Amino acid sequence: MIAAVPAPSPYVLGAVAASFVALTAVLRRPHLGPVAAGRLRWGACSARLQWRVVWLGGAVAAITLALMATGLVVGDFPVPAWRALATAIWDRGGEFDFVVNSLRFPRVVVATLAGACLATSGALFQSLVDNPLVSPDIIGINTGAAACAMAILLVGADPALLPVAAFGGAVATAAVIFLLAWRRGVSGARLVLVGIGINALLAAVISFLLVRFPIEQVSAAATWQAGTLAAASWRNVLVLAAGLAVLFPAAFVLARRLRVLQLGDDAASALGLRVEACRVAVIVVGSGLAAVVVAVVGPLGFVALLVPHVARSLAGTMTGGVLVLTALLGAVMLLSADLVAQRLFAPTVLPAGVVTAAMGGPFLLAILRRYHRAF
Amino acid sequence: MPSEEHGLRAAGLSVGYGGPLILEGLTTTIPTAGITAIIGANASGKSTLLRALARLLRPAGGTVFLDGTDIARQSTRSVATRLGLLPQTPRAPDGISVDDLVRRGRYPHQRMFDQWSRADEQAVRRALELTGMVELREQAIDRLSGGQRQRAWLAMALAQDAGTMLLDEPTTHLDIAHQVEILDLLVELNHSEGRTVVMVLHDLNQACRYASYVIAMAEGRIAAAGEPSQIVTAEVIQRVFGLAARIIADPVTGMPLCIPERKAAGTDPRRS
Repeated sequence: MIAAVPAPSPYVLGAVAASFVALTAVLRRPHLGPVAAGRLRWGACSARLQWRVVWLGGAVAAITLALMATGLVVGDFPVPAWRALATAIWDRGGEFDFVVNSLRFPRVVVATLAGACLATSGALFQSLVDNPLVSPDIIGINTGAAACAMAILLVGADPALLPVAAFGGAVATAAVIFLLAWRRGVSGARLVLVGIGINALLAAVISFLLVRFPIEQVSAAATWQAGTLAAASWRNVLVLAAGLAVLFPAAFVLARRLRVLQLGDDAASALGLRVEACRVAVIVVGSGLAAVVVAVVGPLGFVALLVPHVARSLAGTMTGGVLVLTALLGAVMLLSADLVAQRLFAPTVLPAGVVTAAMGGPFLLAILRRYHRAF
Repeated sequence: MPSEEHGLRAAGLSVGYGGPLILEGLTTTIPTAGITAIIGANASGKSTLLRALARLLRPAGGTVFLDGTDIARQSTRSVATRLGLLPQTPRAPDGISVDDLVRRGRYPHQRMFDQWSRADEQAVRRALELTGMVELREQAIDRLSGGQRQRAWLAMALAQDAGTMLLDEPTTHLDIAHQVEILDLLVELNHSEGRTVVMVLHDLNQACRYASYVIAMAEGRIAAAGEPSQIVTAEVIQRVFGLAARIIADPVTGMPLCIPERKAAGTDPRRS
């Protein structure tokens, strides 16, 4: 099989190297200091806008659109760039309809939405426990979903049940972690430690399933477990869009409460926050966002862990606006990871999860270097 | 006429953390627009009293009344607009600026669609001015000195704009100059804005100097309460701290100043 992997494409390799350098620069020199902001008023509504977050959000949104367009244009089947965009947007049908509208378009939309969900989920969990090394994949929520989904795949149940099983697994794992961590309230550190224990346990379950069942069944499950966007469909888009439509506004509302919760339980209660209710809400919304993604594309690692750091380094501490920026950056990370996964060893295609993990490892080390405090 | 009542009081308040009671049947009225200091030995229940007054603890018995109504029956947010708290060693998230911290103090006044009103902006500016933090407002909290950091947290509590402020040992970990600076600032706020200040203090002499009302706690009960010049006597110090002391007049303020007695003639290390 090794001989089947062709040489890496120099263009993609160059693009990866350039984005690596840019991201490392961002992480090395976090944004601190003056933040120009303005007050927005409209009738009885008002909001505070940090100009830096506004222009960064605009820029990242533009990058997201550019990457989506790239995803429509590039691929094994040659489609002229202009024709690809036309087929996707205003001239549907025609000779490229299947390649563009059934294969590539749903795939880029799934990558965009899934990246946004994962990054938002990570930002919620990191703010909740005020620890930058936390994300749903580390505390076992992804693993729980994967264990459930693999069990379904391996016992030969209808594959259509897979998203349901994954979602159920993620929610059930979150509930178990939460209940085990509950001691007259939930402390952040306890939540993380319990989560790490559960994660190890569930990883063992997955290993057991992998050795217990015949190799043909296992290989399909293993591909899914690495997180792949290859099978993305418009139905996936619908699931992700519905999840994001419900959970992102909830996360946005919670951002303001999280800012208060970060000051510690006593100060937060004194400021009028119902601390435990807020924690439960954050865990439910954060797990829900991760669960939707696992159900659709499998347990993609590192997006939830890394993207909130990049957002923080660019724009500062948590606000609603920074959460929007985080979601957009998540879309950018997953879109580019998927492009790399498709093109780096073309025509051999990697699962996107392999690329996010390969990008994630070095960044995790860079982050550890930057934080001087002990965990 | 309970609805006309204004201020904070406790009636028959008992608090325990599921075990033996820390406070037992405690009744007190906090003087409105005054400065109250809660003093007492370690584990005498002074922090517990402050936390119960702040609604952070659910009483095992008795009631805390804020403006005439049981504080436990009021909405958390409505309490937060009238009662502020500065915890003992507050912890700020990594890398946040003074301005960001102080803005978070506006939480009880904000609504889902009314998140940053003119009043919010003005309250933050005023809190920064009152604490002298305007110039440092873009600094990261973790780069400030201890005294500056405490002033930043005080500004956060001020931005909350509550008529009554509870402070748990606001001067711990500060050197003497910064202690005096913070306490002077609290007196100034009390005078200029008429805010009610209630603080737990470790230093008895500071309590005498800065407070208009002192609550001395011993073993979960109030051992003595009143103006410092009336209640700080050798007998009360003996009862509250188990310490033989001589009370003289502070040469600067004329308030009582507590000087511990030497235990025995031979215990002064310099004379041994």
